[in-house]
Amino acid sequence: MKTLQFATEKRNGPVLFSEYQRGEGLKKALEIGREDILFELKASGLKGRGGAGFPTATKWMLSAASVSPIKFIVCNADEGEPGTFKDRVLLFEYPELVFEGMIIGGFTIGAKTGIVYLRGEYEYMLASLEDFLESLRNDHLLGKNILGKEGLDFDISIRLGSGAYVCGEETALIESLEGYRGEPRNRPPYPVNTGYLGHPTVVNNVETLASVPHILLKGGEWFKKYGTSRSTGSKLFSVSGDCKKPGVYELPWGTTINEVLKIVEADDAKAVQVGGASGVCLPKSQFGRSLAYEDAATGGSIIIFNDERDMLKVLKNFMKFFVEESCGQCTPCRIGNTKLLEAVERIENGEYTFSYIHNLKELGKTMQMASKCGLGQSSPNAFISILENFKDEIFGSNGKGTHHV
Amino acid sequence: MLVIEKNALSEEIELLVEKYGKDRSALLQILQAIQRKYKHISDFAQQEVARLLDIHPVEVNSVVTFYSFLCTEPKGRNIVRLCQTISCEMFGKEKIEEAVQRELGISFGETTKDKRITLEHTNCLGMCDQGPAMLVNERVYTKLDPETAINILNEIK
Repeated sequence: MKTLQFATEKRNGPVLFSEYQRGEGLKKALEIGREDILFELKASGLKGRGGAGFPTATKWMLSAASVSPIKFIVCNADEGEPGTFKDRVLLFEYPELVFEGMIIGGFTIGAKTGIVYLRGEYEYMLASLEDFLESLRNDHLLGKNILGKEGLDFDISIRLGSGAYVCGEETALIESLEGYRGEPRNRPPYPVNTGYLGHPTVVNNVETLASVPHILLKGGEWFKKYGTSRSTGSKLFSVSGDCKKPGVYELPWGTTINEVLKIVEADDAKAVQVGGASGVCLPKSQFGRSLAYEDAATGGSIIIFNDERDMLKVLKNFMKFFVEESCGQCTPCRIGNTKLLEAVERIENGEYTFSYIHNLKELGKTMQMASKCGLGQSSPNAFISILENFKDEIFGSNGKGTHHV
Repeated sequence: MLVIEKNALSEEIELLVEKYGKDRSALLQILQAIQRKYKHISDFAQQEVARLLDIHPVEVNSVVTFYSFLCTEPKGRNIVRLCQTISCEMFGKEKIEEAVQRELGISFGETTKDKRITLEHTNCLGMCDQGPAMLVNERVYTKLDPETAINILNEIK
């Protein structure tokens, strides 16, 4: 019987999976002060690691600039994207990085409260994280007068989700914290101005926060050495599917899919889903593309499919996921996803015409434009890319389709 | 529900409200605590929470029905959630599914007669590198094969 088995190979990486002494980053942050923290962050070019890629320094500056006695830092640990599990590893093996990132954020924007929104599925981590917070309090790294600095108060609490993928969207997450259904809000106003309980709130991904202590210790210029000019630093990639060595890998941005496949020993890959269910599915001909915000963007999820896999079945799994996880608030997403799932089922049964498929791809594009939040805007990606990139497999070269009964 | 049980539940909810605060933002935490203990949030419990937080019961109901880990109807003492998302599906979710259904004599979404286990599907558990995975209450089990899955189920009380 196996519980909490984590990948056993030693983790190596230039940033997150490198040596770190607890408290170092925080000490450095307090030493250099708010302006220099923001300066280093800006110099580093760090962008949001959840997938959307908003510049972290800008987010922090906006909320630092807003005038309010009450502000919040929220750590988005609602890691629900299929194929993503890097935050689980970070929270389990490197909690000091995540929490120190939050404390530094609180110090920078002037927040006294941090909240970790931990997905309900990760409840088994709750007790150890609470213990860790307590040990930080004992070491004066958290709580009142942090590191003896008069008036520097910051505390962190952990709140659990209850099984809703959409709560990974930052405004839905805030709604959930406020005790409502996790339905995304219209943006603007953005959380940096009007967030939790109406106060300025910074919502950052676990990995984004965990990068901050390292950047402050070694400098923004050092961080920029890794990655590409528009995607700086390194990234944690959660690799799963048909390969010999699935797991979490820290690699610089700009690494190509081919390189990743080599590292994880996937010899017979025919398709790679980049960015989880809401990402796109790339065929062999595009394995030369690099993983970066400007090319094949991902929050870290890489799922590999070998020659044996039925891509229509894969697509069906994704569409079922979205039908279940759509919050139902806006029509394009609520109805659109059920229509796309219906289409997959019709293709399966051979009950389709090409004009029907064409119309559904158009519907997918409408969903991308008209949905209220990222869920509905990205859920047609898999549908469109799989039907486009694997049409020979799915419809057959004779136009009748291998799925024709 | 007996009056005496109702009173006990009311008192318990009062304590929870005291602990988490008489504020709307405490709602989810209060509901999670009730769910953890009673394995569901009854109509009466919803009304009590609404009364104590001074919000409409429909508001409470709308939150309970939104989240997949909260429910209004009683479930078994243990909830087993098998991950149905892609990586787990690729590595044998269906075999586990068949085996546990046969072993327990129930389908997914159902509860055993002795109320010991409720079987459910869930979406991605974040264990994609170690699938198939399942949650038993809040504990996670990975790299399952039909036999180990059944052994785990047999151990739950």
